[in-house]
Amino acid sequence: MDSRPIAARLDRRRFLQDSALGLGGLGLGPSALAQLLGRDGVDGGERRFAPRAPHFRPRAKAVIHLFMAGAPSQLELFDPKPELTRLEGQPLPQSIIGDQRYAFIRPDAGVLGPRFPFARHGESGAVLGEPLRCLRSVVDKLCIVRSIHTDQFNHAPAQLFFNSGFGQPGRPSLGSWVLYGLGAETENLPAFVVMSTGSGLSGGTALWSSGFLPAPYTGVRFRNGKDPILNLSTPTEYRGAAQADTFELLGELNRQRFDAVGDPAIATRIASFESAARLQVAAPELLDLKSESQETLTLYGCEPERPSFARACLLARRMIERGVRFVNIFHEGWDAHTDVRGNTLRNCRATDQATAALIADLDRRGLLDDTLVVWGGEFGRTPMVETNPALGRKLGRDHHPQAFTMWFAGGGVRAGTTIGQTDDFGFHIVEDPIHVHDVQATILHLLGLDHERLTYRHAGRDFRLTDVHGHVVRSMLA
Amino acid sequence: MPPFRFLGLVVCTLAVAATGQAPSYSAEVRPILADNCFRCHGPDAASREANLRLDVPGHGAGAEVRRRIAATARDEVMPPPHSGKTLTAGEIETLQRWLAAGGEYERHWSFVPPLRPALPAVARGGGLRPIDRFVRARLSAVGLHASPAADRTTLVRRLYLDLIGLPPTPAQAQAFVADERPDAYERLVDELLGSPHYGEHQARRWLDLARYADTNGYEKDRARSIWPWRDWVIRAFNADMPFDEFTVRQLAGDMLDDASPDDLVATGFHRNTMLNEEGGIDPLEFRFHAMADRVATTGTAFLGLTLGCAQCHTHKFDPITHREYYGLMAFLDNADEPDYLIPDAAADARVAANRERAAGQLAELWENWPAEVGERDVLFATWLERGRDRAVTWAPLRIRAARSNLPTLRITGRDDDTIVASGDITKRDTYRLELAASDEAITAIRLEVLPDDRLPARGPGLTYYEGRKGDFFLTELELTIGSGDAAHRVEFGRASASYSQNQFRRKSAAPALAFDGDLQTGWSTHGRTGERHVAVFVPRAPIPAGQSLQLVMHFGRHFASPLGKFRLAATSAAGGAEAIALPFDEAGTREGLLRLPDRNLSAADRRRLRDAFLLSEPAVAKQVATIRRLLGSAEHRTTLILRERPAGERRVTHRHHRGEFLQPKEIVTPHLPEALFDGGGEQPRDRLGFARWLVSTQNPLTARVVVNREWAAFFGRGIVATVDDFGAQGALPTHPRLLDWLAVGFMADGWSMKRLHRRIVTSATYRQSSRVTAEHLARDPDNLWLARAPRLRLAAEVLRDAALVVAGKLSTRRFGAPVRPPQPAGVTEIAFGRPKWRASEGADRFRRSLYTWQKRTAPFAFHATFDAPSGELCLAQRERSDTPLQALTLLNDPMMLELAGALGDQLAEVAGEHGSEAAVRHGFERVLTREPNGEELAALARFVARRTRDADDATAWAALARALFCLDEAITRS
Repeated sequence: MDSRPIAARLDRRRFLQDSALGLGGLGLGPSALAQLLGRDGVDGGERRFAPRAPHFRPRAKAVIHLFMAGAPSQLELFDPKPELTRLEGQPLPQSIIGDQRYAFIRPDAGVLGPRFPFARHGESGAVLGEPLRCLRSVVDKLCIVRSIHTDQFNHAPAQLFFNSGFGQPGRPSLGSWVLYGLGAETENLPAFVVMSTGSGLSGGTALWSSGFLPAPYTGVRFRNGKDPILNLSTPTEYRGAAQADTFELLGELNRQRFDAVGDPAIATRIASFESAARLQVAAPELLDLKSESQETLTLYGCEPERPSFARACLLARRMIERGVRFVNIFHEGWDAHTDVRGNTLRNCRATDQATAALIADLDRRGLLDDTLVVWGGEFGRTPMVETNPALGRKLGRDHHPQAFTMWFAGGGVRAGTTIGQTDDFGFHIVEDPIHVHDVQATILHLLGLDHERLTYRHAGRDFRLTDVHGHVVRSMLA
Repeated sequence: MPPFRFLGLVVCTLAVAATGQAPSYSAEVRPILADNCFRCHGPDAASREANLRLDVPGHGAGAEVRRRIAATARDEVMPPPHSGKTLTAGEIETLQRWLAAGGEYERHWSFVPPLRPALPAVARGGGLRPIDRFVRARLSAVGLHASPAADRTTLVRRLYLDLIGLPPTPAQAQAFVADERPDAYERLVDELLGSPHYGEHQARRWLDLARYADTNGYEKDRARSIWPWRDWVIRAFNADMPFDEFTVRQLAGDMLDDASPDDLVATGFHRNTMLNEEGGIDPLEFRFHAMADRVATTGTAFLGLTLGCAQCHTHKFDPITHREYYGLMAFLDNADEPDYLIPDAAADARVAANRERAAGQLAELWENWPAEVGERDVLFATWLERGRDRAVTWAPLRIRAARSNLPTLRITGRDDDTIVASGDITKRDTYRLELAASDEAITAIRLEVLPDDRLPARGPGLTYYEGRKGDFFLTELELTIGSGDAAHRVEFGRASASYSQNQFRRKSAAPALAFDGDLQTGWSTHGRTGERHVAVFVPRAPIPAGQSLQLVMHFGRHFASPLGKFRLAATSAAGGAEAIALPFDEAGTREGLLRLPDRNLSAADRRRLRDAFLLSEPAVAKQVATIRRLLGSAEHRTTLILRERPAGERRVTHRHHRGEFLQPKEIVTPHLPEALFDGGGEQPRDRLGFARWLVSTQNPLTARVVVNREWAAFFGRGIVATVDDFGAQGALPTHPRLLDWLAVGFMADGWSMKRLHRRIVTSATYRQSSRVTAEHLARDPDNLWLARAPRLRLAAEVLRDAALVVAGKLSTRRFGAPVRPPQPAGVTEIAFGRPKWRASEGADRFRRSLYTWQKRTAPFAFHATFDAPSGELCLAQRERSDTPLQALTLLNDPMMLELAGALGDQLAEVAGEHGSEAAVRHGFERVLTREPNGEELAALARFVARRTRDADDATAWAALARALFCLDEAITRS
């Protein structure tokens, strides 16, 4: 057996040829690395994300998840209930309410009629509330589901539940599971990206955490401002030749060390620095919207320098074009405990145009077919009014886990349909109840993953995103 | 989990070598059964198929099993296709051989108490320490050889990093390298074990297990004070507190005879659970989640069992039933969870000094009265007159009985007129009090809300989440005269209070809102926690004497807010009474003084009244604001503790169907799972008994779990690779006899952690070189058999601390409130409320990372990037990942740049004095402990030559420091 350190047996020239970006002397390129790490079990930063075959033929390759944190009112936007107008001010029958617990209101609060008129749109005749003026234009691309329900009635637990299948922190997020199941299509950008607009998030960073999956499956946050990824930019004094010299020195010394001690982890470390350097090039290119036409910017309502939901949506499209697997945009601000009308208008102003633009733009670029767009919040809002002089609230709606609306587009979902029905009060689902775990199972299914087979052994158990629940919703599939 | 599979592979390989023998049940058969069969044929009766159990002997189904696992038809083969499981040919063969040999069972290895094994005979084993004999025996069995010892420079760095979490300075390293005494290494070990930094480093892993953080978690994620517990852990490690004692104090220190304040602080271990303060939550639901977390954490930290799996149903793989899970929960479930004001003589002295200063300032104000606000003596006389007018005689209202929806109400006070409430509270609490009949007609009722050290923020309310600690919100007060058909409600006409304030400042709070029939309005003394206040309720018509009274008090808003301590009194003064505002009159003595004529007042009494006047006179409100702050200043630290409930107030624990909070079923009393309790001795009855059992010799698990975790800290992987799972699904030990030898030795050594660490680091196995050969990679890539020492990336905190040491910046100040070192802008703003990160000033920027403020929903970025946990769940072993984001952090994190600048300045100075090469050598040694070799020196020299040509010296040398910090070797323990 040759007992020389393994590096000594690799062709030194290969290292240099493979080094990326011509930075020189950086060390191992991906192919040499793959050769070196040609086995499982090494904590390889690169290999971990090698594309993996799905369980079956996927309909979607990537996901853009528009998470409407705070929970939009389905009763203002998607689920018209004229009965609430007729009964306005009267309490719901006890038989309807049962023993449901509420965050703020008392169960005997009177009902509140929808604050906006509804109308049918598109060839599909889908019903939308008036504030969704732009979404009308792409309504035939949507599969609207009015019968989603969840287990949680407080924000942080419900946001965690939707994004990780569990009401408390600690489980891998949807994006992490997808990355774990499918690997990455890009070596230059993180495969799971998170953006956030609006105010701070109830669920915090746990919403894109890898939980008990290895940490590199965590979503990478793209922030507003000059350093979109934490510590991305090289300080001025180290740019140019200084940076090149630094990478050369690092490559040289790390390689010498590798020769001396033979630990493959050093090769992985070298590769990580290489990836970091690629990211330093790729991320600014991604964020530079100069190549976008004025028409596109106008379509989204995006001012390139101003952080906004529109800019996040446009960036999401650019990420998908560059092979990013999962993009999460959190827009926080829908928690309408007071003035549900004003809240809805405000948030629609911030998101409606860009959301519709994203669908249209993906579609015209041929990306919508294999990109799944998901829109929705963590729960719905009550048919009953929230009025609380002690808190200065009036004409709002409380949290409602029993029924809410989401929509899906592209990526193999059935376009131009509306699924599910709630009772006359919008309180209970009366047709096609779809649980959050079903939504998760369906998203994975569209990506070619069987939610029952996508498991990870942790703490003595094979965990799934959907726990022991979830059914793929066939009626949502094209 | 790859390690598990690897182990299986190796074990199978070994087994093949011994073909012909029956396979070992524990080592070979059980893992196959556990993985493939137990889900439907295991401990859980609810999911059991065909009434067949394969996890215990006596099923008599051997022949059927042999046939079914070999079958090919879809409706015959086991495991069935829909399970997604298939047996490999090798696995089928193993099972067949096992069944053919009679299918003998063994108890799962970890449930059999460890016995001290004999040391294996090893060729050339003379002089080898026991650990090395166990390791060498395995090595020779697999045909590998131990590596030579690491060189001294590597060793000194390794030892420093492993024992105290800091790298040696070049001088410290040199001292060891030059020490020629034969026991130089042992001396260094002892020196480091005695270092005050030892506890700081060792505590970190315990903090991971305890899910320590400085915020409450969930949406609001507000600050909490539990760092005194963190300091307790550091001190315990430094003092080498025996692990059994360490365990008992943390789980049940409050229940020890004459429990000291430290013992109470120690119970913070299980107060590290999260607290949801989101608007409108059900507090009891999240208490239940916290209880589930406590059970799971206890399982991981002490038993190495995945108890959490039995929350919803009987464990699928391990012998823990659903009911037994709640039996374990019941041990931990009977405590209240107060904030603890830590007794502290220095704080007492500060309080006394504050009072004295306040008294001085009040006297000063009296003497130097600001004339522009009005005539002092006139104002005082008016105040006194008004007070005397209002001062009526109050008689205590005796409380005969007190009931509530849930909180525990205790009737106390000399006159049985005081209620102290504790225990669980809800969003709608109701107190029902039966009051003794009054001898006289009642014209007004006084409610005094009282502070108490046992209440959150000293009360008077019990609010502990969402709202301000110590607040209350009295929404309605119903007074009924008589009982039965004759009962009728008292109508109140007016009410007054010494102080009223709503938490929601735009909204009013007033005692009159407590009888307006609206449960959303009421009375509160927000902003004056820790103070006594009074509200006086005047009925429209006097209540006749001799009538029994029922008082119903409603509390609550969208968070729980009942009163924690209050007292009732009545007066018969004509026309009722008004509340008198006497600030800081906690005992109500000043109010008594108002009833005395001038001539009966002593000089001291007069001064008290004078001070009361000053503190409440609106004309000088501005002047007394600082005095008020002095008097109200909270000087004592608080920390979160457990306190066992008194006898008779036991919290009832239920089994919860499917683990759901809303599905409580039958009551469960504390008991140990049958599989863990061998029947010897008595079942423990309470938390203290449970804690003692955990660290008793009757428990086969704890000592093994602890030594395994410590082993993993030094070798990168445990003898049992799944450090958190010693159950059927866990990995098998690579060195079972070594594990038992260590566990038994640990107990025999009085559970001394320092001795255990000493034993590990003085072994030749630990002292080996970490060089990886091609043979290692080919034969044992994961280093199961320890033919070499591991190379391990430093933990986040060690990595940052090392940079602080190297840059000469580390502040060695220990203990105390968490600090906020610099981090990139925008990290915390993602969290709810977009909190800003205001970096600490001065030395607090450079404290050991352990003291960094830990916010659960937006963890310190540097730590998170290098795999530090968020404190949301118990974590037995961190990952060591390697990502591009880590590279960016090392290159560009503001803290790293600041440290590179500091080191660069020093190198520039060395270069100025001794030349460039000396500075290069110096920098290299500072960062990596060793000297550079010729090739390295050449590369470094080239870099420096280029950089000093292009940039000023400071920048050039900082660039070198920056590069050195990024080296793989700099962030690795070799």
